[in-house]
Amino acid sequence: MKSFFGFLFGLACALMIIFFAGENPLHILEILVRSSFGSKYDFGLTLFYMTSLIFTGLSVSTAFKSGLFNIGAEGQLNFSAISMVVFATTYPGVTFPGSLLLILLVGILAGAIWGAIPGLLKAYRGSHEVIVTMMLNFVSAGISSYFISHQLQNPDSQNPESAVIADAFRTNSFDFLNKLLPESPVNVFFIVAILTAITMYFFFTKSALGFEMIAVGENPAAAERASISSKKFVVLSLVLSGVLASGAGMNEVIGYSGQYKIGFSPEFGFMGIAVALMSNNHPIGIVANAFIMSVFHKGASDLDIETETITKDFSKIIQAMVLFGVGLQYYLNKYGVNIGWLNKRKKFNQSGSV
Amino acid sequence: MFIKKLMMVLLIASMGQTAEKLKIGLVLDKGGKEDKSFNSAAYQGASLAEKDLGIELKYVEATDVNSIENLHRQFAKKKFDLVIGIGFAQQDAVKKVAAQNPNTKFVIVDGEVTAANVRSLMFEEHQGSFVVGYLAAMKSKTKKVGYIGGMDIPLIRRFAVGYEAGVKHFDKSFTVLENYIGITADSWNNPAKAKELALNQFQQGADIIFVAAGASNSGVFDAAEEKKKLAIGVDSNQNWMKPGFILTSMLKRVDQGVYATIKDLKDGKFTSGIVRYGLKDKGIDYAMDKHNEKLVSGEDIKKLEKIKIEIIEGKIKVPDFYLMKKK
Repeated sequence: MKSFFGFLFGLACALMIIFFAGENPLHILEILVRSSFGSKYDFGLTLFYMTSLIFTGLSVSTAFKSGLFNIGAEGQLNFSAISMVVFATTYPGVTFPGSLLLILLVGILAGAIWGAIPGLLKAYRGSHEVIVTMMLNFVSAGISSYFISHQLQNPDSQNPESAVIADAFRTNSFDFLNKLLPESPVNVFFIVAILTAITMYFFFTKSALGFEMIAVGENPAAAERASISSKKFVVLSLVLSGVLASGAGMNEVIGYSGQYKIGFSPEFGFMGIAVALMSNNHPIGIVANAFIMSVFHKGASDLDIETETITKDFSKIIQAMVLFGVGLQYYLNKYGVNIGWLNKRKKFNQSGSV
Repeated sequence: MFIKKLMMVLLIASMGQTAEKLKIGLVLDKGGKEDKSFNSAAYQGASLAEKDLGIELKYVEATDVNSIENLHRQFAKKKFDLVIGIGFAQQDAVKKVAAQNPNTKFVIVDGEVTAANVRSLMFEEHQGSFVVGYLAAMKSKTKKVGYIGGMDIPLIRRFAVGYEAGVKHFDKSFTVLENYIGITADSWNNPAKAKELALNQFQQGADIIFVAAGASNSGVFDAAEEKKKLAIGVDSNQNWMKPGFILTSMLKRVDQGVYATIKDLKDGKFTSGIVRYGLKDKGIDYAMDKHNEKLVSGEDIKKLEKIKIEIIEGKIKVPDFYLMKKK
């Protein structure tokens, strides 16, 4: 809630720009809203984007909590997705429900491995996690491209994509959420994402492990003095970060398409950074912000169809302006610049999370 | 089947009586209409139709794989008469949306969809690649030529396999260097990396490079100018981009295909099914104009035309990666 005014401010600024482009800002707002809620399909697609953004947002924020900047969520979700597809095509005979359990395990493990690499390098060799995670994004893209082009290419299609995995590995046969919004890609992982966000909230506020993780993030030296091994928590937090990012891969592979398509993620991993920053790393805020970002992302393509001068790129401008607005608000809050009653609230929030 | 077609033709013809403008929706691939290559060609065809035939054109660019289906749906919902999907990535979306909107016509370029309201435009890229490969081999002094593709995917392989066959058809002892720019969608828009690869291939001794990489092509042309070597463009006629350094361009006349389809719809002659464009109907060709006339002599053209005829008549069998894969 703290950043709500920043959000409104950013949105207002963005809408002002529309005014200069010769369109009615309210009309644009209406298109964005209609595009996201207009029909069952539209709403389902918005929620589908939102699911992935919750996972990547949580992933990035978990690393932030222990003072790490994970820009590798993209690579982690990619690696997890390709691992699941490779597993499902290698062992097509596994039967339900063990198959679903195993593929989830593979996905989680793959995410964990892709998080553990930068974690271990950071903890024991001092390599900067930004560089390592960024490079690993390309490594995982390379691995998936190798598997898709040379091993798993779908024989029925010229697209760079794998064949569809067996139904036993997918959730669509019992997916009640998808039945509510037929034709749309939304699936049961939406609920998983919400539950994960709530779990992360309790993890950081109520559990000793979560507390120690934050302690390492706020002051590693002090944490060491309090006999918390900062090395252990650097690794742990990046592993957890990788596991959370893998949820976005599951959303696509297990929940929706059942195949790995090159380019299935419109950089969810990077959008997750914006989601995490906007919500101040608060898990529940991440859910809200993931929703806002997915509305903008979904609305982007319809701007092209509906208006003459505003194109899909404009939604990026809105996203950026909103991010600036929230950043500004954060700055004002933190450094106590006086804007009326906002400051009074700050006193109660002094002990809140960063 | 024939009666069905006839009925459809009649139906459309009767619909065409109304004076309302036809509404055409164009869904471009991620490269966007400024890629000076594949998407540009499609856009040119459609905008030419807008000028000539008095249709109403609306174009959009896809933001990601999932948004493609959404765009087709929006066009169908808005009662557009024809929705054109550019690029193989749109195949599934067209298949799905066309089935649900039987009254809207769809066109898919580079993909095959069989439905009563869908026309698929396929291009025989491997034939054209063979011809430019043969030309490259004729012009090469080092017996080494290069190929740079955007991404290692079946469509781009198809170019590569045809090209290599063309080179080897001229002389088996030639070597073809083959590189791909990247592994992400950025590959179609990464001239810097393309240039790096091209310089590398030139250093290894190649003197002509065929490039099929969308908006990344310009990087290879830059490298050719810098090293005073030659490049071959793709999809649109790109000879003008660096006159004197672009030997020719392999034309894939997406513009022609798109224009013809819109015209058919306007005239009430729209038919579904697969329409193949190849060397035969000049849907696939190599580009000759004032920018490269000094590079390719009349004699060369004669040889190329002979090769073309041999391919059309089936005397030369050009390997097709799509078929190779199915074995």
